[in-house]
Amino acid sequence: MNTKNIMIVGVGGQGTLLTSRILGGLTISAGYDVKLSEVHGMAQRGGSVVTFVRYGEKVYEPIVEEGKADVLIAFEKLEALRYAHFLKEGGAIVVNDQQIDPMPVVIGAEKYPQNILEELSKNYRLFKVDAITEAKKLGNSKVFNVIVLGIAAQHMEFSKEEWISVIENTVPAKTIDINKKAFELGYNIK
Amino acid sequence: MSEKVLMLGNEAFARGAYEAGCKVSAAYPGTPSTEISENIVKYNEIYSEWSPNEKVAMEVAIGASIIGVRALASMKHVGLNVAADPLFTASYIGVNGGLVAIVADDPGLYSSQNEQDTRAVARAAKIPVLEPSDSAEAKEFVRFAFDLSEKYDTPVIVRSTTRLSHSQGLVELNDRQDIEDKPYVRNAAKNVMMPGNAKGRHLVVESRELALMEDGCDFPINTVEYKARNIGFITSGIPYQYVKEAFPDASVLKLGIVNPLPRKLIEEFASKVDTLYVIEELDPIIEEQVKSWGIDAIGKDILTVQGEYSTNMLIRAIKGEKISLTTPAQVPNRPPVLCPGCPHRSVYTVLKRLKIRAAGDIGCYTLGAVAPLAVVDTTICMGASISSLHGMEKAKGKDYIKDWVAVIGDGTFLHTGINSLINMVYNKGTGTVLILDNSTTGMTGHQDHASTGKTLMGEATYSVDLEKLCKAVGVEHVRVVNAFDSKKLEKTIKEAVALDEIAVIIAQAPCALLDKSPASLQNSIDQDICKKCGLCMKPGCPAITKMENGDIVINDTMCDGCCLCVDQCRFDAIKSIKLS
Repeated sequence: MNTKNIMIVGVGGQGTLLTSRILGGLTISAGYDVKLSEVHGMAQRGGSVVTFVRYGEKVYEPIVEEGKADVLIAFEKLEALRYAHFLKEGGAIVVNDQQIDPMPVVIGAEKYPQNILEELSKNYRLFKVDAITEAKKLGNSKVFNVIVLGIAAQHMEFSKEEWISVIENTVPAKTIDINKKAFELGYNIK
Repeated sequence: MSEKVLMLGNEAFARGAYEAGCKVSAAYPGTPSTEISENIVKYNEIYSEWSPNEKVAMEVAIGASIIGVRALASMKHVGLNVAADPLFTASYIGVNGGLVAIVADDPGLYSSQNEQDTRAVARAAKIPVLEPSDSAEAKEFVRFAFDLSEKYDTPVIVRSTTRLSHSQGLVELNDRQDIEDKPYVRNAAKNVMMPGNAKGRHLVVESRELALMEDGCDFPINTVEYKARNIGFITSGIPYQYVKEAFPDASVLKLGIVNPLPRKLIEEFASKVDTLYVIEELDPIIEEQVKSWGIDAIGKDILTVQGEYSTNMLIRAIKGEKISLTTPAQVPNRPPVLCPGCPHRSVYTVLKRLKIRAAGDIGCYTLGAVAPLAVVDTTICMGASISSLHGMEKAKGKDYIKDWVAVIGDGTFLHTGINSLINMVYNKGTGTVLILDNSTTGMTGHQDHASTGKTLMGEATYSVDLEKLCKAVGVEHVRVVNAFDSKKLEKTIKEAVALDEIAVIIAQAPCALLDKSPASLQNSIDQDICKKCGLCMKPGCPAITKMENGDIVINDTMCDGCCLCVDQCRFDAIKSIKLS
């Protein structure tokens, strides 16, 4: 199998590291070689963050090159737009329909781009969700990222059972139930 | 076969130290090295500590080595500068128990003030450097480094980079080696570095370098892959991975030891390939040496000394291929920002109101340099805020710095700021120092330090009282203020800068991320009262947004309830709601 390239992008503090832990656990339990690359430190303070996940028979570099991503998971719209060019032709982009203004927008120096989702859908296979609203309905806005992951899971080769089992082994014991619900919700969004 | 687990590079470094029988580890946190200690502490067999700075950490490790046990110090690249003094002389002393320093460089400047190359420092110190290229090697190379250290009687540096430290890969676990302590025998000629003894040791260091250059050719951590002979690559570390992706059919010499260079191995490889490339991030350390031996090689003439490399970059530079890629969308940058509820924002808002400039330091509060706050004028290195403010005063007189303060965090103050404060007292400075005391080492992810009352290993301990410490070194005017009490803070700062004597203001409030419980208050803007004046947005809180229609709203999932915006509003339009 060719190496698969997944990217998770978002705003520092949105929980990209949990998502990458789940993905990492999934790929090794399936017996693949895997490398993940994360961002720690200063960028985690509200900056633009990107996590790369690569798995296959033998993985060398830990980062995904531009034009090579099979799936791009974006927890925020502007970040989806920023990294969309990493997708390969026919790649899937899953976007959480949330707007977090970066500081240049907050202070009025720049404008937040309009119609991001419409623009992205012109060039890519786009799947969108208002995951914060959905997560609030489940009772905890923090599980929004697992909802997004559930949608992304539809575009990867692992079975639902494999996903659920890794989630059970990865998230804190107290939150297993709500995370499983969040995953199911995302997995069933068409 | 033993178990394979997915490990962060830094986690694998820690595992390597554990398996190598390391017994003592000391470090000061710094991205991208911090998680090494955070993982070492999980092994009960190793004593581990956060030291106040890297010099102290290195000396703790040196002491442990001299007495006969395997010891580790870990730090980021700029931390090695702080630790350089003991390290350069430890090179002469050598070791008893193995002594390894893991030093993490930051190509691409993800979280640093410069992009220096540790290999250059190691060359100057004449210390061997090993460079792993993934998590599995991170573990194995640390084990090898301890053996090498004892065999060649030298401290050994294992060099990492951000990409290695913060990438995960599969690692095969082994058991911990049972390493007996070496007996300690007094040996002044080796361990007391006064001039007469150091002369003798310098000779030992030089012959050690020659021996390593020779023996290094046979080290198993170097690998040679001969494939097509028309082009060959000499590389090491993470760039090896890009070479393999970009040129799967080329010959590759992957160096595990990058100082001193295994000359014969390199010469042999160079003789067997037509065109030789040297692929290394940052400085041309390998390339310049290889060229100095009369070997033709291509490197920095087509590749950069800045930032990280990538597979695409190598393909473009070496194959000259145009890779047709989708043009990235032109979108606003998203630089890191102070978090909602950050006490630094409150302090900076007061400084901005008073039109006071700040000589800054290293920590989250460096972010006060950017708009909309923009009150930090300088940032150099750990502890430099206080001493550089003192230099300004001595250059231009005390009246010149009446609209200046030094700002420094609690961890950074204890790192090296305290020396600068002693200097300011001793040399009769009159500057104002603001210690932003958020009870933790914030930027690197909440590590304890000497004034948090807890050790790395989780034990309760004496907590340095910053107020008493400042008074003890001779500062009479010390004030402690709640960082969110902006009225009192404003009065205190005005009073301090007007004084013709040194003043310290300790602005206290815990880091907003330290308290993991949900916010107890939430603020929202009453649109009927709001005049849309934007005053509440002046402090640059990321939870506050101006909508297309001009309404200003507070994002309820981000608001931390610090109420700085409530303070700013002149129309009482922002209401606090108590959350159960």
